[in-house]
Amino acid sequence: MRGYVELFRLGKTYDTPTGPAVIVENFDLNLQQGEYVCLLGHSGCGKSTVLTMVAGLNSITTGGVAIAGREISGPGPDRGIVFQSPCLMPWMTAFENVMLGVRQVYPHGTRQERRDIAAYYLTLVGLGDSLHKRAGELSQGMQQRVGIARAFALQPKMLLLDEPFGMLDSLTRMELQEVLLDILACDRITTLMITHDVDEALFLADRVVMMTNGPRARVGAIFQIPFSRPRGRAEVLDHPEYYEFREQMIHFLETQDHKRRALATGNLTTV
Amino acid sequence: MNQPKKTNLSNKALKFCQLAGLPVLIPFVRLFAGEEPREQVREILKFVGVPIIASLFFIGAWSLASERIKTESAQLPGPMATWQAARELWQSHVDQKRADRERMAAEREKAIPLMTQALSLESRAAEADQTVREQLLADAAVYRKRAMLAANFRPTSAPTFVDQTFRSIGTVFVGFFIATLIAVPLGILCGMNPIFNAAMTPIIQLFKPVSPLAWLPIASIVIIWWHNGSSAEHALFSRAFLISATTVSLCSLWPTLVNTALGVSNVDKDYLNVAKVLNLSWWQTLTKIVIPASLPLMFAGLRISLGVGWMVLIAADMLAQNPGLGKFIWDMFQNGSSTTYARIAVAVLVIGVVGFVLDRIMICLRNLVSFDSTVPA
Repeated sequence: MRGYVELFRLGKTYDTPTGPAVIVENFDLNLQQGEYVCLLGHSGCGKSTVLTMVAGLNSITTGGVAIAGREISGPGPDRGIVFQSPCLMPWMTAFENVMLGVRQVYPHGTRQERRDIAAYYLTLVGLGDSLHKRAGELSQGMQQRVGIARAFALQPKMLLLDEPFGMLDSLTRMELQEVLLDILACDRITTLMITHDVDEALFLADRVVMMTNGPRARVGAIFQIPFSRPRGRAEVLDHPEYYEFREQMIHFLETQDHKRRALATGNLTTV
Repeated sequence: MNQPKKTNLSNKALKFCQLAGLPVLIPFVRLFAGEEPREQVREILKFVGVPIIASLFFIGAWSLASERIKTESAQLPGPMATWQAARELWQSHVDQKRADRERMAAEREKAIPLMTQALSLESRAAEADQTVREQLLADAAVYRKRAMLAANFRPTSAPTFVDQTFRSIGTVFVGFFIATLIAVPLGILCGMNPIFNAAMTPIIQLFKPVSPLAWLPIASIVIIWWHNGSSAEHALFSRAFLISATTVSLCSLWPTLVNTALGVSNVDKDYLNVAKVLNLSWWQTLTKIVIPASLPLMFAGLRISLGVGWMVLIAADMLAQNPGLGKFIWDMFQNGSSTTYARIAVAVLVIGVVGFVLDRIMICLRNLVSFDSTVPA
């Protein structure tokens, strides 16, 4: 089945003095339009490599990525990205940060239209009162809200989220997860998110893709998450299958971990 | 009721102290706002009282030294002699300015009857017949010219010490401005383009450590060559002024250049990724991201440049005979009167004060443009 976003036989190899290091190999994944997919795996397994390749910020060694039937080459505003650190320009206000992208995407709109779009998305993430605060004066959580608003304001074909809540405290993280779901409820954008938090993946995703450990990382297992939308945290936690999924995912991660250790010690003995 | 407004005001004052690079004033503001008085008094004693005591010690040591250090012809000027010389210099400045003003007023007074004379001659010429008219008009033109000369009279007295100080400040700003115009664009190019950087590195490394005194004769060739094109009277700046300013530029170029290149090449990768994702053009990336991100380091460089420029200027003034503080010191040293050394000591202190003020101005500017937390130095 063809998807809206297709990753076909995606691979990344770095040349090192000791020979080529294959980070990701034959990574196949299709995303349906409007689908929310989480990539879950141990840190260092190559999740970020996959995402940056889709973003166009990292060159692709083998295979390719197609969005809406067109193969990507390089980065572009058709993919909204939220990085782990908010990456706002600290010398600009929240509004100006969002405008920076809006201006690129709507070059023909009027000034007022562009301003309305930026203000609309900032209000949507709950920053209606802080439009004109300098990014440097905002808290981490608020900065990440601006980052989310900036990505949505581009009206992208797809969203790429690179552990967007990884640097936040757990309360803020839960708050922002809900903000994200609320916007996605009005604006269903195909989303690929990276996380290593099992609960986050279960709460947000339609599908959770488990990655095997690198080198030569690839898709290890896929879980279809049946929870209905709109989702409330309490209902998800109460769902009878929730703990079953959680158990299976953690089991997968643990076996990957054992493999890695076994591999490491095995290597040591041969050396 | 009054409390929130008051704290708001004192917060503004505190922010201003930080921004202006005057953290010394902070405990005073806090004390005024009634915030932990004991703590503030201790702070004031530490950061104001201690420097004052140290300064008093210095003046005492200076005074003692001045009594001991004597040669047959001269004596090290003590604090009192220096103070006396400063007052004399100020007095002579005031006197000279008054004399100049009086002279100008007297000339201007002369201009009025001359002008009325010219006007009456012209009106008579209008009524007179052909033969006399030309003579009358010629006379009127002479009176008119004399009237204009008197009205535009500028006294040509020698510059006073205060004039020379401002002349020096003007020279250093012109030199610094030229240096900035050259160094910032070059620095940005070096920071953005590794190939250009590789091309510039040997030149920068070679010329950076060269002393101004070595530059000066070469700078003067360039200026004289360029200056010959325009006649001396119509030139906007005098030759000596240009030589001094160019020397300042050539020496104060490097810190700005190196720091700008460093700032531009070290712009956070994440910001550049954002620019890539948004498909910003080269120019937009430069103006919206690269330059704002490197402003703090750029201004750190500009601050060093201005300091270097001010130091270099004194030497350049001495050699180029640009009528600034350097020339003042040189002239004093040459004429060797009894107050010579005291006047030089005054000049030294003025140079120090001006340098300090220039430095504060740059800190203030840097704090205004930098987006990270203000770090007073």
